[in-house]
Amino acid sequence: MPTRTTVRMTVFSMLLAAGMGVATATSPAPANAQQMANAQQTAAEPDPAGERLFRACKSCHEVGANAKHKVGPHLDGVIGRIAGSLEDFRYSKAMRAAGEGGLAWSEENLHAYLAKPRDFIPGNRMSYRGMASAEDRTTLITWLANVSAAAPAENPVSEQTSAIPGFSEALLEVEGDPEYGEYLAGECVTCHQPTGHVEGIPSIVGLPRDYFIRSLFEYKNNIRSNEVMKLRVGNLSNEEIAALAAYFGSLEPQ
Amino acid sequence: MTRVNRRQFSTLLGAGAASLSLPYYARAQAKPRVVVIGGGAGGATAARYIAKDSEGAIDVTLIDDSETFTTCFFSNLYLGGFRDFGSITHGYDKLQSDYGITKVTGMATGVDRGAKTVTMADGATIPYDRLVVSPGIDLIWDSIEGYSEEAAQIAPHAWKAGPQTQLLKEKLDAVSNGQQIVMVAPPNPYRCPPGPYERISMMAHVLKSKGVDAKIIVLDPKEKFSKQGLFQEGWEKHYPGMVEWYGPDVHGGIKSVDVAAGTVETDLDTFKGDLLNIIPAQKAGMIAAAAGLTDDSGFCPIDATSMRSTVDENIFVIGDASIAGAMPKSGFSANSQAKVAAMNIRGELISSKVFPAKYSNTCWSLIETDDGVKVGAQYAPSEGKIASTSSFISQTGEDAAVRKATYEESIGWYAGITADMFG
Repeated sequence: MPTRTTVRMTVFSMLLAAGMGVATATSPAPANAQQMANAQQTAAEPDPAGERLFRACKSCHEVGANAKHKVGPHLDGVIGRIAGSLEDFRYSKAMRAAGEGGLAWSEENLHAYLAKPRDFIPGNRMSYRGMASAEDRTTLITWLANVSAAAPAENPVSEQTSAIPGFSEALLEVEGDPEYGEYLAGECVTCHQPTGHVEGIPSIVGLPRDYFIRSLFEYKNNIRSNEVMKLRVGNLSNEEIAALAAYFGSLEPQ
Repeated sequence: MTRVNRRQFSTLLGAGAASLSLPYYARAQAKPRVVVIGGGAGGATAARYIAKDSEGAIDVTLIDDSETFTTCFFSNLYLGGFRDFGSITHGYDKLQSDYGITKVTGMATGVDRGAKTVTMADGATIPYDRLVVSPGIDLIWDSIEGYSEEAAQIAPHAWKAGPQTQLLKEKLDAVSNGQQIVMVAPPNPYRCPPGPYERISMMAHVLKSKGVDAKIIVLDPKEKFSKQGLFQEGWEKHYPGMVEWYGPDVHGGIKSVDVAAGTVETDLDTFKGDLLNIIPAQKAGMIAAAAGLTDDSGFCPIDATSMRSTVDENIFVIGDASIAGAMPKSGFSANSQAKVAAMNIRGELISSKVFPAKYSNTCWSLIETDDGVKVGAQYAPSEGKIASTSSFISQTGEDAAVRKATYEESIGWYAGITADMFG
């Protein structure tokens, strides 16, 4: 179980810091223009165009300081990583098999994967149809390579959860009853398949508990916008949310 | 309670195979028996949930007169060419192999409530401890003068998915330049409130995409209909001048139909159609009345906290056949009601936990390629009825990305609910 008090940085707040050019302790102000240019090249200021493209990814992936698994695995250090290799993330069988078969996320492989994820690794669970433009893929991958490799710790971190009305870290301590969760889940599984299969609606099977609970509060408060979700979550009590998190967290994707 | 996943569950079933091969009476004494009539969104879901959650402790029999089930939901998308017929047709094999449900293919014609047996058309009887009745709707043929089961071979209703849907598609695809389609929409209450209007959209889509210059006239006995603003905005936008909808204040009343002549007579005028789609008034599926479960409305009153028939404590009625208060007659509603009934039945037969009833519904409709809309609500028992506690509906003027996402969501829902029904 992850610690409840871990300070988390969202992609958003990190980008904010990066984009605003916040100077950090480990990158002292360059002495002259030449050094400045070098610094920009080596530390490579993330390209805002890449950040924009990453918006399509960030409902499921975090990257940057203390990035955590969400629906998808965190993307810190993803370039060069063996596919399906993070031990604390529940990958699809297809993704694990690809890694066991030797697939590593070189920029080139990411290119091919992001073009048509379902063709590149059939049976993987990423709910994304693909990015058609090769140019966009290059921009995104270059940005991702920079951001995911960046030293994270020195960036100031804001606790985004405090901004969710009605949500506090204390809610994550509510013990959920998985049996009650299983009953309540009857409403969820009409759309979200308990096998973890994805066919137009995301999988919610095996999600980290904190992420699950936080997400439901984000629907309650219009931070995530989906009318169906808002309606279903709208009158769930904290105990019911905890019960659902406990139940879905206990399922294994098949 | 230990949870058993499907693989483990099948193994358990395998281990229990010896007991399954015992004579019926020997098993019957050991296990409570649930019989489910109707293998659609209500019945298949109820059978699966009772079998799954009781982990083999309840003997479940599912009766349907068909080997496969074609969903009414998404059958309009088949008409529009967005789905093939195979993709909306499902088998019961997993319910049998993975959940140990006995599927009986045949027509249930009666229920002996005293003896607690279901009578089949071939004379066989099937005993039950609890009975779930989920037969869907039957059509009231004489609700429109001149219409009949025979007439439906010329002017299809296509309001039960199957051969009728294929017949309508065939006739729709044959409509040519200068021709006219006339739809007679059904009066309330009926299966799938937005259905006739999604169907009109899909018909218009077919004509438009083939470049066929033809009109669609809709004669509606209702003054207003589900998602009216959204559909009318969509027709105006995608199919300008193609759809003409007339409510009773215009046509003055639908009097009769002559399928041979291809005409529908109203107080205002006689409308001629090269294709007639006549959707008559509806009532609960025949078995509900045969079992004495219906009231004067033709549908079945139920207890809002459990879906139990108010007529017989051993019988639960779910789906289109039930009078479910504010819930529309939809596959989603039937699936939701099935889970409440299944939980209560398990509670009574094997003392599993029973939680307070909660119901939900969402109906997605497709207006044109990537232009999906939705309406949904939550429901709970209140003063003896199922009442809406909150709801939403898509807005007019939404941008294309929202509508596309709504359509994609509906595809995900279809995959989800059919997996929830058939395993």
